[in-house]
Amino acid sequence: MASDNTKNLLGAKGTVARAANQAVGQIGVDLQLTNLTFGETLVLKDLRLSLRPGKITCLLGPSGVGKSSILKIIAGFIPLPDGSSLISSDNAALSDRISFMDQKDLLLPWASVIENVVIGARLRGETPDFDHAREILEHVGLADRETARPDTLSGGMRQRVALARTLMDNCPIVLMDEPFSALDAITKFRLQGLAADLLRERTVLLITHDPMEALRLGNIIYVLSGTPVALSSEIIPDGAIPRDPANDVLKHQYSEIMHQLALTEGAGV
Amino acid sequence: MKIIRPTVTIVGLLFLWGAITAIADLPRFILPSPLLVLQALIAKADLIAGHAVITATEILLGLAAGLTFGMFSALMISAYRPVRQWVFPILIASQAVPVFAIAPILVLWLGYGIGPKIIVGALIIYFPVAVGFLDGLNRTDPAWINLASLLQDRSGKSKMAKLYFIYRYIKIPFALPSLSSGIRVAAAVAPIGAIVGEWVGSSAGLGFLMLHANARIQTDLLFASLLVLTLMAISLYYLVDHILRRIMPWQPDQKFT
Repeated sequence: MASDNTKNLLGAKGTVARAANQAVGQIGVDLQLTNLTFGETLVLKDLRLSLRPGKITCLLGPSGVGKSSILKIIAGFIPLPDGSSLISSDNAALSDRISFMDQKDLLLPWASVIENVVIGARLRGETPDFDHAREILEHVGLADRETARPDTLSGGMRQRVALARTLMDNCPIVLMDEPFSALDAITKFRLQGLAADLLRERTVLLITHDPMEALRLGNIIYVLSGTPVALSSEIIPDGAIPRDPANDVLKHQYSEIMHQLALTEGAGV
Repeated sequence: MKIIRPTVTIVGLLFLWGAITAIADLPRFILPSPLLVLQALIAKADLIAGHAVITATEILLGLAAGLTFGMFSALMISAYRPVRQWVFPILIASQAVPVFAIAPILVLWLGYGIGPKIIVGALIIYFPVAVGFLDGLNRTDPAWINLASLLQDRSGKSKMAKLYFIYRYIKIPFALPSLSSGIRVAAAVAPIGAIVGEWVGSSAGLGFLMLHANARIQTDLLFASLLVLTLMAISLYYLVDHILRRIMPWQPDQKFT
Protein backbone atom coordinates (compact mmCIF):
# COMPACT_ATOMS: atom_id res chain seq x y z
CA MET A 1 0.00 0.00 0.00
CA ALA A 2 2.63 2.47 1.11
CA SER A 3 5.08 1.84 -1.69
CA ASP A 4 2.82 3.01 -4.53
CA ASN A 5 2.14 6.36 -2.93
CA THR A 6 5.76 6.97 -2.13
CA LYS A 7 6.90 6.13 -5.64
CA ASN A 8 4.54 8.65 -7.22
CA LEU A 9 5.66 11.18 -4.75
CA LEU A 10 9.36 10.84 -5.38
CA GLY A 11 8.68 11.44 -9.06
CA ALA A 12 7.35 14.91 -8.30
CA LYS A 13 10.19 16.12 -6.07
CA GLY A 14 10.49 19.70 -7.34
CA THR A 15 6.85 20.67 -6.90
CA VAL A 16 6.69 19.04 -3.50
CA ALA A 17 9.65 20.99 -2.18
CA ARG A 18 8.36 24.30 -3.49
CA ALA A 19 4.81 23.93 -2.24
CA ALA A 20 5.78 22.86 1.26
CA ASN A 21 8.22 25.66 1.90
CA GLN A 22 6.32 28.82 1.24
CA ALA A 23 7.33 31.81 3.31
CA VAL A 24 9.70 30.28 5.83
CA GLY A 25 12.22 32.80 7.15
CA GLN A 26 15.56 31.15 7.78
CA ILE A 27 16.97 31.25 11.27
CA GLY A 28 20.24 30.02 12.69
CA VAL A 29 20.68 28.72 16.22
CA ASP A 30 23.73 28.86 18.43
CA LEU A 31 23.96 26.69 21.53
CA GLN A 32 26.76 26.95 24.07
CA LEU A 33 26.69 24.35 26.83
CA THR A 34 28.96 24.68 29.84
CA ASN A 35 28.05 21.27 31.18
CA LEU A 36 25.37 18.62 30.94
CA THR A 37 24.66 16.25 33.82
CA PHE A 38 22.37 13.30 34.37
CA GLY A 39 21.81 13.37 38.12
CA GLU A 40 25.36 13.37 39.49
CA THR A 41 27.16 12.19 36.36
CA LEU A 42 28.75 14.74 34.10
CA VAL A 43 27.90 13.72 30.54
CA LEU A 44 29.68 16.44 28.60
CA LYS A 45 31.04 19.95 28.98
CA ASP A 46 32.09 22.95 26.91
CA LEU A 47 30.12 22.08 23.83
CA ARG A 48 29.30 24.57 21.10
CA LEU A 49 26.79 23.62 18.43
CA SER A 50 25.62 25.91 15.64
CA LEU A 51 22.69 25.21 13.38
CA ARG A 52 23.11 27.08 10.12
CA PRO A 53 20.06 28.76 8.66
CA GLY A 54 18.26 26.65 6.08
CA LYS A 55 20.64 23.70 6.46
CA ILE A 56 20.29 20.18 7.83
CA THR A 57 22.71 19.63 10.71
CA CYS A 58 23.18 16.01 11.76
CA LEU A 59 24.33 15.14 15.24
CA LEU A 60 25.67 11.63 15.21
CA GLY A 61 26.65 9.56 18.18
CA PRO A 62 26.23 6.25 20.00
CA SER A 63 23.40 5.95 22.51
CA GLY A 64 23.88 7.47 25.93
CA VAL A 65 26.19 10.35 25.00
CA GLY A 66 23.52 13.02 25.45
CA LYS A 67 22.48 13.67 21.83
CA SER A 68 18.80 13.71 22.69
CA SER A 69 19.43 15.95 25.70
CA ILE A 70 21.03 18.54 23.44
CA LEU A 71 17.91 18.50 21.28
CA LYS A 72 15.66 18.71 24.32
CA ILE A 73 17.58 21.73 25.60
CA ILE A 74 17.10 23.53 22.27
CA ALA A 75 13.40 22.60 22.29
CA GLY A 76 13.06 23.84 25.86
CA PHE A 77 12.00 20.45 27.29
CA ILE A 78 15.06 20.52 29.56
CA PRO A 79 15.98 23.86 31.17
CA LEU A 80 19.19 25.45 29.92
CA PRO A 81 22.02 24.63 32.40
CA ASP A 82 23.58 27.55 34.32
CA GLY A 83 26.10 29.54 32.36
CA SER A 84 24.96 28.09 29.03
CA SER A 85 23.42 30.10 26.25
CA LEU A 86 20.98 29.50 23.42
CA ILE A 87 20.61 32.26 20.87
CA SER A 88 18.88 32.59 17.52
CA SER A 89 20.43 34.49 14.62
CA ASP A 90 17.68 37.15 14.82
CA ASN A 91 17.83 37.35 18.65
CA ALA A 92 14.11 36.61 19.04
CA ALA A 93 12.55 33.86 21.13
CA LEU A 94 13.00 30.36 19.73
CA SER A 95 10.42 28.05 21.22
CA ASP A 96 7.42 29.32 19.26
CA ARG A 97 9.22 28.70 15.96
CA ILE A 98 10.31 25.12 16.59
CA SER A 99 8.58 21.96 15.53
CA PHE A 100 9.63 18.58 16.83
CA MET A 101 9.52 15.05 15.47
CA ASP A 102 10.23 12.15 17.76
CA GLN A 103 11.41 8.58 17.23
CA LYS A 104 7.91 7.55 18.28
CA ASP A 105 5.22 8.83 15.92
CA LEU A 106 3.19 10.19 18.89
CA LEU A 107 -0.07 9.89 16.99
CA LEU A 108 -3.27 10.08 18.99
CA PRO A 109 -4.80 6.62 18.56
CA TRP A 110 -8.42 7.86 18.77
CA ALA A 111 -8.05 10.65 16.21
CA SER A 112 -8.16 10.38 12.43
CA VAL A 113 -5.07 11.09 10.33
CA ILE A 114 -6.18 14.64 9.53
CA GLU A 115 -7.11 15.39 13.14
CA ASN A 116 -3.63 14.26 14.14
CA VAL A 117 -2.12 16.66 11.62
CA VAL A 118 -4.11 19.65 12.94
CA ILE A 119 -3.67 18.82 16.65
CA GLY A 120 -1.46 21.90 17.13
CA ALA A 121 -4.33 24.23 16.22
CA ARG A 122 -6.69 22.23 18.43
CA LEU A 123 -4.33 22.53 21.39
CA ARG A 124 -4.15 26.29 20.85
CA GLY A 125 -7.94 26.55 20.66
CA GLU A 126 -7.80 27.75 17.05
CA THR A 127 -9.89 26.67 14.09
CA PRO A 128 -7.76 24.17 12.14
CA ASP A 129 -6.82 24.94 8.54
CA PHE A 130 -8.00 21.68 6.99
CA ASP A 131 -7.18 22.76 3.44
CA HIS A 132 -3.54 23.27 4.37
CA ALA A 133 -3.55 19.93 6.23
CA ARG A 134 -4.91 18.16 3.13
CA GLU A 135 -2.24 19.81 1.00
CA ILE A 136 0.51 18.51 3.30
CA LEU A 137 -1.06 15.06 3.46
CA GLU A 138 -0.91 15.04 -0.32
CA HIS A 139 2.81 15.86 -0.17
CA VAL A 140 3.46 12.90 2.13
CA GLY A 141 1.30 10.66 -0.08
CA LEU A 142 -1.58 10.10 2.34
CA ALA A 143 -4.31 12.21 0.72
CA ASP A 144 -6.61 9.19 0.48
CA ARG A 145 -6.15 8.21 4.14
CA GLU A 146 -7.24 11.37 5.94
CA THR A 147 -10.13 9.70 7.76
CA ALA A 148 -8.17 6.55 8.69
CA ARG A 149 -7.30 5.81 12.32
CA PRO A 150 -3.57 5.40 13.08
CA ASP A 151 -3.91 1.73 14.05
CA THR A 152 -4.93 0.92 10.46
CA LEU A 153 -1.68 2.38 9.06
CA SER A 154 1.76 0.83 8.57
CA GLY A 155 4.75 2.08 10.57
CA GLY A 156 6.04 4.06 7.59
CA MET A 157 2.64 5.67 6.99
CA ARG A 158 2.34 6.60 10.65
CA GLN A 159 5.71 8.29 10.57
CA ARG A 160 4.62 10.16 7.42
CA VAL A 161 1.58 11.44 9.34
CA ALA A 162 3.98 12.55 12.09
CA LEU A 163 6.07 14.32 9.43
CA ALA A 164 2.92 16.03 8.12
CA ARG A 165 2.09 17.19 11.66
CA THR A 166 5.67 18.49 12.02
CA LEU A 167 5.29 20.50 8.79
CA MET A 168 1.79 21.76 9.60
CA ASP A 169 2.76 24.83 11.64
CA ASN A 170 5.35 25.83 9.04
CA CYS A 171 8.07 26.42 11.63
CA PRO A 172 11.48 27.55 10.35
CA ILE A 173 13.30 25.26 12.79
CA VAL A 174 12.70 21.51 12.87
CA LEU A 175 14.22 19.25 15.53
CA MET A 176 14.20 15.52 14.78
CA ASP A 177 15.14 12.87 17.32
CA GLU A 178 16.01 9.68 15.43
CA PRO A 179 12.76 9.97 13.47
CA PHE A 180 13.36 6.98 11.20
CA SER A 181 15.16 4.60 13.56
CA ALA A 182 12.14 2.38 14.19
CA LEU A 183 11.50 1.71 10.48
CA ASP A 184 12.66 -1.10 8.23
CA ALA A 185 15.51 -0.35 5.82
CA ILE A 186 13.43 0.27 2.68
CA THR A 187 10.76 2.40 4.35
CA LYS A 188 13.53 4.33 6.07
CA PHE A 189 15.29 4.97 2.75
CA ARG A 190 12.11 6.30 1.13
CA LEU A 191 11.16 8.45 4.10
CA GLN A 192 14.64 9.98 4.23
CA GLY A 193 14.21 11.04 0.60
CA LEU A 194 10.76 12.46 1.30
CA ALA A 195 11.91 14.32 4.42
CA ALA A 196 14.90 15.79 2.56
CA ASP A 197 12.53 17.29 -0.02
CA LEU A 198 9.96 18.58 2.41
CA LEU A 199 12.49 20.07 4.84
CA ARG A 200 14.49 21.96 2.21
CA GLU A 201 15.22 25.60 3.21
CA ARG A 202 14.47 24.91 6.88
CA THR A 203 16.95 24.86 9.74
CA VAL A 204 17.00 21.23 10.81
CA LEU A 205 18.72 19.39 13.63
CA LEU A 206 18.64 15.67 12.98
CA ILE A 207 19.76 13.40 15.79
CA THR A 208 20.77 9.96 14.59
CA HIS A 209 22.97 7.01 15.42
CA ASP A 210 23.10 5.86 11.81
CA PRO A 211 26.14 7.27 9.93
CA MET A 212 24.53 6.47 6.57
CA GLU A 213 21.46 8.50 7.47
CA ALA A 214 23.66 11.45 8.43
CA LEU A 215 25.65 11.16 5.19
CA ARG A 216 22.47 10.92 3.13
CA LEU A 217 20.69 13.91 4.67
CA GLY A 218 23.21 16.17 6.41
CA ASN A 219 24.60 19.43 5.02
CA ILE A 220 26.81 19.49 8.09
CA ILE A 221 27.61 16.49 10.26
CA TYR A 222 28.99 16.50 13.80
CA VAL A 223 30.06 13.35 15.58
CA LEU A 224 29.65 13.23 19.33
CA SER A 225 32.11 10.65 20.63
CA GLY A 226 35.27 9.84 22.57
CA THR A 227 36.08 9.75 26.26
CA PRO A 228 35.25 12.29 27.59
CA VAL A 229 32.58 12.97 25.01
CA ALA A 230 33.38 15.81 22.62
CA LEU A 231 32.01 17.20 19.39
CA SER A 232 34.06 16.46 16.26
CA SER A 233 35.00 19.11 13.75
CA GLU A 234 32.32 19.48 11.12
CA ILE A 235 32.08 17.05 8.23
CA ILE A 236 30.59 18.51 5.05
CA PRO A 237 29.85 15.83 2.48
CA ASP A 238 29.61 16.81 -1.21
CA GLY A 239 26.55 16.58 -3.38
CA ALA A 240 22.88 17.42 -3.25
CA ILE A 241 20.62 15.99 -0.57
CA PRO A 242 19.40 13.23 -0.43
CA ARG A 243 22.70 11.67 -1.42
CA ASP A 244 23.14 8.29 -3.01
CA PRO A 245 24.63 5.84 -0.48
CA ALA A 246 26.36 3.92 -3.32
CA ASN A 247 28.74 6.86 -3.86
CA ASP A 248 32.40 5.88 -3.20
CA VAL A 249 33.33 9.08 -1.34
CA LEU A 250 30.37 8.55 0.94
CA LYS A 251 31.46 4.99 1.63
CA HIS A 252 34.89 6.24 2.62
CA GLN A 253 33.40 8.88 4.93
CA TYR A 254 31.12 6.23 6.38
CA SER A 255 34.04 4.11 7.53
CA GLU A 256 35.82 7.17 8.94
CA ILE A 257 32.79 8.10 11.02
CA MET A 258 32.37 4.51 12.20
CA HIS A 259 35.98 4.59 13.36
CA GLN A 260 35.35 7.81 15.28
CA LEU A 261 32.19 6.45 16.90
CA ALA A 262 34.03 3.35 18.04
CA LEU A 263 36.36 5.50 20.14
CA THR A 264 33.60 6.11 22.67
CA GLU A 265 34.11 3.92 25.69
CA GLY A 266 31.41 1.32 26.12
CA ALA A 267 29.64 2.32 22.93
CA GLY A 268 27.49 -0.35 21.35
CA VAL A 269 27.95 -2.76 24.25
CA MET B 1 -21.77 -19.94 20.20
CA LYS B 2 -20.86 -17.45 22.94
CA ILE B 3 -24.17 -17.93 24.71
CA ILE B 4 -23.96 -21.75 24.75
CA ARG B 5 -21.07 -22.22 27.17
CA PRO B 6 -22.34 -19.98 30.02
CA THR B 7 -25.81 -21.48 29.54
CA VAL B 8 -24.41 -24.98 30.00
CA THR B 9 -22.64 -23.86 33.18
CA ILE B 10 -25.80 -22.28 34.61
CA VAL B 11 -28.09 -25.18 33.68
CA GLY B 12 -25.52 -27.60 35.13
CA LEU B 13 -25.39 -25.73 38.43
CA LEU B 14 -29.21 -25.53 38.60
CA PHE B 15 -29.40 -29.27 37.99
CA LEU B 16 -26.84 -29.90 40.74
CA TRP B 17 -28.82 -27.64 43.10
CA GLY B 18 -32.07 -29.49 42.30
CA ALA B 19 -30.36 -32.85 42.74
CA ILE B 20 -28.98 -31.86 46.17
CA THR B 21 -32.41 -30.72 47.43
CA ALA B 22 -34.02 -33.92 46.10
CA ILE B 23 -31.39 -36.39 47.38
CA ALA B 24 -30.73 -34.75 50.77
CA ASP B 25 -34.44 -34.16 51.19
CA LEU B 26 -33.82 -30.71 52.66
CA PRO B 27 -36.80 -28.81 54.09
CA ARG B 28 -37.87 -25.98 51.76
CA PHE B 29 -37.08 -23.28 54.34
CA ILE B 30 -33.43 -24.42 54.44
CA LEU B 31 -32.86 -24.75 50.70
CA PRO B 32 -35.79 -24.60 48.28
CA SER B 33 -35.41 -26.39 44.94
CA PRO B 34 -34.90 -24.26 41.79
CA LEU B 35 -38.46 -25.05 40.78
CA LEU B 36 -39.89 -23.64 44.03
CA VAL B 37 -37.80 -20.49 43.57
CA LEU B 38 -39.18 -20.12 40.05
CA GLN B 39 -42.72 -20.56 41.38
CA ALA B 40 -42.14 -17.87 44.01
CA LEU B 41 -40.70 -15.61 41.33
CA ILE B 42 -43.80 -15.98 39.16
CA ALA B 43 -46.32 -15.83 42.00
CA LYS B 44 -44.77 -12.72 43.56
CA ALA B 45 -43.57 -11.06 40.34
CA ASP B 46 -45.41 -7.80 41.06
CA LEU B 47 -44.07 -7.55 44.59
CA ILE B 48 -40.50 -8.29 43.51
CA ALA B 49 -40.68 -5.94 40.51
CA GLY B 50 -41.86 -3.05 42.72
CA HIS B 51 -38.92 -3.48 45.09
CA ALA B 52 -36.49 -4.10 42.22
CA VAL B 53 -37.32 -0.73 40.65
CA ILE B 54 -36.43 1.02 43.91
CA THR B 55 -33.15 -0.88 44.26
CA ALA B 56 -32.28 -0.22 40.60
CA THR B 57 -32.88 3.50 41.13
CA GLU B 58 -30.61 3.47 44.19
CA ILE B 59 -27.88 1.62 42.29
CA LEU B 60 -27.97 3.96 39.29
CA LEU B 61 -28.05 7.13 41.37
CA GLY B 62 -25.22 5.81 43.58
CA LEU B 63 -23.23 4.96 40.47
CA ALA B 64 -23.84 8.41 38.97
CA ALA B 65 -22.83 10.16 42.20
CA GLY B 66 -19.73 7.99 42.68
CA LEU B 67 -18.64 8.47 39.07
CA THR B 68 -19.12 12.23 39.23
CA PHE B 69 -17.20 12.72 42.47
CA GLY B 70 -14.53 10.16 41.59
CA MET B 71 -13.79 11.71 38.21
CA PHE B 72 -13.91 15.24 39.61
CA SER B 73 -11.47 14.36 42.42
CA ALA B 74 -9.07 12.68 39.98
CA LEU B 75 -9.09 15.73 37.68
CA MET B 76 -8.50 18.11 40.58
CA ILE B 77 -5.69 16.02 42.08
CA SER B 78 -4.01 15.63 38.69
CA ALA B 79 -4.33 19.27 37.58
CA TYR B 80 -3.49 21.02 40.86
CA ARG B 81 -0.75 19.36 42.81
CA PRO B 82 -1.54 21.02 46.17
CA VAL B 83 -5.05 19.53 46.06
CA ARG B 84 -3.51 16.07 46.25
CA GLN B 85 -2.33 16.58 49.83
CA TRP B 86 -5.79 17.74 50.88
CA VAL B 87 -7.90 15.20 49.08
CA PHE B 88 -5.80 12.04 48.96
CA PRO B 89 -6.33 11.02 52.63
CA ILE B 90 -10.09 11.27 52.06
CA LEU B 91 -9.77 9.10 48.99
CA ILE B 92 -7.98 6.39 50.98
CA ALA B 93 -10.36 6.77 53.92
CA SER B 94 -13.35 6.29 51.64
CA GLN B 95 -12.10 2.79 50.96
CA ALA B 96 -10.66 1.99 54.39
CA VAL B 97 -13.80 2.79 56.39
CA PRO B 98 -16.12 -0.23 56.33
CA VAL B 99 -19.40 0.91 54.80
CA PHE B 100 -21.28 -1.39 57.20
CA ALA B 101 -19.99 0.76 60.05
CA ILE B 102 -21.13 4.11 58.73
CA ALA B 103 -24.37 3.01 57.08
CA PRO B 104 -26.33 3.03 60.40
CA ILE B 105 -25.19 6.61 61.09
CA LEU B 106 -26.29 7.66 57.62
CA VAL B 107 -29.70 6.11 58.28
CA LEU B 108 -29.85 7.95 61.60
CA TRP B 109 -29.12 11.24 59.86
CA LEU B 110 -31.01 10.83 56.63
CA GLY B 111 -33.81 8.43 57.51
CA TYR B 112 -35.11 5.32 55.82
CA GLY B 113 -35.40 6.86 52.38
CA ILE B 114 -33.21 6.56 49.30
CA GLY B 115 -30.51 9.00 50.53
CA PRO B 116 -28.29 6.73 52.65
CA LYS B 117 -28.30 4.02 49.91
CA ILE B 118 -27.04 6.47 47.32
CA ILE B 119 -24.32 7.71 49.67
CA VAL B 120 -23.17 4.17 50.58
CA GLY B 121 -23.16 3.23 46.87
CA ALA B 122 -21.23 6.37 45.94
CA LEU B 123 -18.69 5.67 48.73
CA ILE B 124 -17.96 2.18 47.40
CA ILE B 125 -17.68 3.39 43.79
CA TYR B 126 -15.71 6.56 44.47
CA PHE B 127 -12.37 4.85 45.11
CA PRO B 128 -11.97 2.58 42.05
CA VAL B 129 -13.14 5.39 39.75
CA ALA B 130 -10.93 8.09 41.28
CA VAL B 131 -7.85 5.87 41.47
CA GLY B 132 -8.34 4.44 37.97
CA PHE B 133 -8.78 7.85 36.40
CA LEU B 134 -5.94 9.45 38.37
CA ASP B 135 -3.62 6.65 37.40
CA GLY B 136 -4.48 7.17 33.73
CA LEU B 137 -4.07 10.95 33.95
CA ASN B 138 -0.66 10.61 35.60
CA ARG B 139 0.59 8.19 33.00
CA THR B 140 0.43 10.32 29.88
CA ASP B 141 3.57 9.77 27.84
CA PRO B 142 5.94 12.66 28.79
CA ALA B 143 6.98 12.84 25.13
CA TRP B 144 3.40 13.83 24.33
CA ILE B 145 3.33 16.48 27.03
CA ASN B 146 6.58 17.92 25.63
CA LEU B 147 5.21 17.94 22.10
CA ALA B 148 1.92 19.49 23.24
CA SER B 149 3.66 22.29 25.14
CA LEU B 150 5.78 23.05 22.07
CA LEU B 151 2.70 23.09 19.82
CA GLN B 152 0.99 25.45 22.27
CA ASP B 153 3.94 27.81 22.60
CA ARG B 154 2.84 30.36 19.99
CA SER B 155 -0.65 30.54 21.49
CA GLY B 156 -1.52 33.74 23.33
CA LYS B 157 -4.05 31.91 25.49
CA SER B 158 -3.90 31.94 29.29
CA LYS B 159 -2.21 29.18 31.28
CA MET B 160 -5.60 27.87 32.37
CA ALA B 161 -6.84 27.72 28.78
CA LYS B 162 -3.71 25.82 27.69
CA LEU B 163 -4.14 23.37 30.56
CA TYR B 164 -7.77 22.88 29.55
CA PHE B 165 -6.81 22.05 25.95
CA ILE B 166 -4.09 19.62 27.09
CA TYR B 167 -6.66 17.81 29.22
CA ARG B 168 -9.33 17.96 26.55
CA TYR B 169 -7.23 16.66 23.65
CA ILE B 170 -4.43 14.65 25.28
CA LYS B 171 -4.65 13.71 28.94
CA ILE B 172 -8.30 12.73 29.32
CA PRO B 173 -8.47 10.60 26.14
CA PHE B 174 -5.22 8.85 27.13
CA ALA B 175 -6.68 8.20 30.61
CA LEU B 176 -9.95 6.72 29.32
CA PRO B 177 -8.83 3.06 29.19
CA SER B 178 -7.64 3.27 32.79
CA LEU B 179 -10.82 5.12 33.85
CA SER B 180 -12.95 2.50 32.14
CA SER B 181 -11.28 -0.27 34.21
CA GLY B 182 -12.31 1.70 37.28
CA ILE B 183 -15.85 2.11 35.96
CA ARG B 184 -16.12 -1.64 35.24
CA VAL B 185 -15.14 -2.41 38.84
CA ALA B 186 -17.60 0.27 40.00
CA ALA B 187 -20.44 -1.23 37.95
CA ALA B 188 -19.74 -4.65 39.42
CA VAL B 189 -19.75 -3.49 43.07
CA ALA B 190 -22.43 -0.79 42.78
CA PRO B 191 -25.31 -3.11 43.82
CA ILE B 192 -23.50 -3.89 47.10
CA GLY B 193 -23.91 -0.28 48.21
CA ALA B 194 -27.67 -0.28 47.69
CA ILE B 195 -28.14 -3.64 49.42
CA VAL B 196 -25.99 -2.69 52.42
CA GLY B 197 -27.97 0.53 52.72
CA GLU B 198 -31.24 -1.36 52.60
CA TRP B 199 -30.17 -3.94 55.17
CA VAL B 200 -29.25 -1.30 57.70
CA GLY B 201 -32.56 0.45 57.49
CA SER B 202 -35.18 0.73 54.81
CA SER B 203 -38.84 0.38 54.00
CA ALA B 204 -38.48 -0.82 50.41
CA GLY B 205 -36.07 -2.42 47.94
CA LEU B 206 -34.79 -5.92 47.19
CA GLY B 207 -32.52 -5.89 50.26
CA PHE B 208 -35.51 -5.00 52.43
CA LEU B 209 -37.58 -7.76 50.78
CA MET B 210 -34.81 -10.35 51.32
CA LEU B 211 -34.45 -9.38 54.97
CA HIS B 212 -38.18 -9.78 55.51
CA ALA B 213 -38.41 -13.02 53.56
CA ASN B 214 -35.58 -14.38 55.69
CA ALA B 215 -37.28 -13.36 58.94
CA ARG B 216 -40.51 -15.04 57.84
CA ILE B 217 -38.67 -18.11 56.62
CA GLN B 218 -39.88 -17.49 53.05
CA THR B 219 -36.61 -18.81 51.72
CA ASP B 220 -37.99 -19.26 48.20
CA LEU B 221 -38.86 -15.55 48.02
CA LEU B 222 -35.39 -14.70 49.33
CA PHE B 223 -33.77 -16.73 46.55
CA ALA B 224 -36.11 -15.25 43.95
CA SER B 225 -35.16 -11.72 45.05
CA LEU B 226 -31.49 -12.67 45.04
CA LEU B 227 -31.87 -14.01 41.50
CA VAL B 228 -33.41 -10.74 40.30
CA LEU B 229 -30.68 -8.74 42.03
CA THR B 230 -27.99 -10.88 40.42
CA LEU B 231 -29.54 -10.48 36.98
CA MET B 232 -29.70 -6.72 37.51
CA ALA B 233 -26.03 -6.61 38.52
CA ILE B 234 -24.95 -8.68 35.53
CA SER B 235 -27.03 -6.57 33.12
CA LEU B 236 -25.55 -3.40 34.57
CA TYR B 237 -22.02 -4.72 34.11
CA TYR B 238 -22.56 -5.73 30.48
CA LEU B 239 -24.40 -2.50 29.68
CA VAL B 240 -21.52 -0.44 31.08
CA ASP B 241 -18.98 -2.65 29.31
CA HIS B 242 -20.82 -2.24 26.02
CA ILE B 243 -21.02 1.55 26.36
CA LEU B 244 -17.31 1.78 27.22
CA ARG B 245 -16.37 -0.25 24.15
CA ARG B 246 -18.49 1.98 21.95
CA ILE B 247 -16.82 5.10 23.32
CA MET B 248 -13.31 3.74 22.74
CA PRO B 249 -13.22 1.90 19.42
CA TRP B 250 -9.45 2.43 19.12
CA GLN B 251 -8.78 0.18 22.11
CA PRO B 252 -7.65 -3.33 21.17
CA ASP B 253 -10.69 -5.52 21.67
CA GLN B 254 -10.07 -7.86 24.58
CA LYS B 255 -13.38 -9.59 25.17
CA PHE B 256 -13.99 -10.80 28.70
CA THR B 257 -17.33 -12.30 27.73
